[in-house]
Amino acid sequence: MKQYAFEQQNAALWSRYETLTKDLNSNKSSLNALQRYELPALYRRICQHYAIAQQRHYSLHLINQLHQQVLAGHQLLYEHKVSWLWRMLSFIWVGFPNQIRRHWKVFWLATLLFYLPAFAFGIACYFDSEMIYQIMPDHSVADMEYMYDPGNDNVGRKAERQADTDIMMFGYYIFNNISIGFRAYALGILLGIGTIFNMIYNGLFVGGVAGHLSQLGFTQTFWPFVSGHSAFELTAICICGAAGLCLARAIVAPGRRRRIDALRIAGIDSIQMVIGAALMLVIAAFIEAFWSSSNLLPIPVKYTVGAFFWLIVLLYLWRAGRNLEDGASDGD
Amino acid sequence: MLDTIRAFETPEGIELQLHVAGPVSRAAAWLVDSLIRACIYIAFTIIFSLLGKMGWGIILLVYFIVEWFYPVLFEVLKGTTPGKKLFNLWVCHDNGTPIGWQASMVRNLLRVADFLPFLYVLGLISMLINRDFKRLGDIAAGTLVVYRDEGERNYNLPEQKPLPSPQALRLVEQRAILEFAERGEKLSYERRIELSDILEELTTHKGDKGQEHLLRYASWIQRGGEQA
Repeated sequence: MKQYAFEQQNAALWSRYETLTKDLNSNKSSLNALQRYELPALYRRICQHYAIAQQRHYSLHLINQLHQQVLAGHQLLYEHKVSWLWRMLSFIWVGFPNQIRRHWKVFWLATLLFYLPAFAFGIACYFDSEMIYQIMPDHSVADMEYMYDPGNDNVGRKAERQADTDIMMFGYYIFNNISIGFRAYALGILLGIGTIFNMIYNGLFVGGVAGHLSQLGFTQTFWPFVSGHSAFELTAICICGAAGLCLARAIVAPGRRRRIDALRIAGIDSIQMVIGAALMLVIAAFIEAFWSSSNLLPIPVKYTVGAFFWLIVLLYLWRAGRNLEDGASDGD
Repeated sequence: MLDTIRAFETPEGIELQLHVAGPVSRAAAWLVDSLIRACIYIAFTIIFSLLGKMGWGIILLVYFIVEWFYPVLFEVLKGTTPGKKLFNLWVCHDNGTPIGWQASMVRNLLRVADFLPFLYVLGLISMLINRDFKRLGDIAAGTLVVYRDEGERNYNLPEQKPLPSPQALRLVEQRAILEFAERGEKLSYERRIELSDILEELTTHKGDKGQEHLLRYASWIQRGGEQA
């Protein structure tokens, strides 16, 4: 068949297909269900025409035109669509905790990378008041001491300056903490070096501050403040580290896959851990800004609530969604 | 064949082609996006700093969202960021399907690593090594940045009375003549003559006459013997 005849014969179908794809892309609501279901059948016809046009060596222009049409249909047909809300809930209750359990090895490794230096350096700082200057500049140490000094009445943000300061600090915690988590994850792609460095450094920092302030005797201000949000914050940072280590593992020890394939699989897999950790960090920032900062509450209440949060986090990671299928596993 | 064309097969058994984009256009797109982001930062800072501490809380939230999610939101919802759109680029999975939020998160969070040690040096090295111009984030996410070809529409052969070629032509030769006819409008008159003169042996004419013959062969190849 000559090209011209081919074009004449199919022009009507092509234009119908073209308007359909345009409508589906722009004003979907104007179409009824029956019209929408036309797409797959039309798309297969267009695919066939494209193959024929190539096979018969029709002009490049016609082939390109059909190629564009096929591409448009392919985009529409293979779009990933699941309801957002359902996906979210399923992820929080099933997908995320299962993911952590599946990657328990890297999770514990990241946790050790964080807590070992934290405890070691914390103890060192507790017994040696000069130790903290190894990792923090003088003025930061001074700022920190000032902030938690019970004599300054600083930590106890007074009732009248609560609300707006709290919101400012909430913004700051979100910005700062989640960025730390994201960075700890992303740098895992550098053979894990970035993640390991980040975890150890954060461990040294947190442990050092805790040890130093305890040694100064600021326990009444420091520990009640951090007890509330620590469960969510520290665990989430460890999860980000674990996700970073997943990336690193794909490059260092890809197993029976090409490194590039292993990395791609690890990328999509690990990002879910990071999203979950980011949600935990939002919770932590919320607690830190609106609960931890309040000093109207008696200290035992704060410790109790802090312990309660730890219990919730541990139970959640241990039990939540066990033996359940993730309804929105990875969207494919 | 151009080596920046990636082909992949769809479940329907046909091959689609994607034209991957190189570092220069992507850097330019990034620059435009950075400017847009800077404008957002400045606008929000000016407006909300009037609200005192509460305003600063909101500003920091906006910084966080724009810093990490600006590309993600645009890529997932629109398939491309404003900067990329300006350069006719868009982002898709390796198999040409529209990018999902997970892949988009991966490729954009990993910008941190690609940016090292400064201004995307690592990303550039990765792009130069990888045959699909992928930076580290693209490798981990399984994504491509490709050109969106706007198909040239309504591109018709000039009306000519069909004339069979004096010699039998092979398929590639027929294609070449068809393409010459299709693209003729885009070339200057001198260039068209220059090209058609190459085939003097076939057309036995030079200049205008030779060109006309070629167009008539094209018409014959496309439409056969019947009248236009």
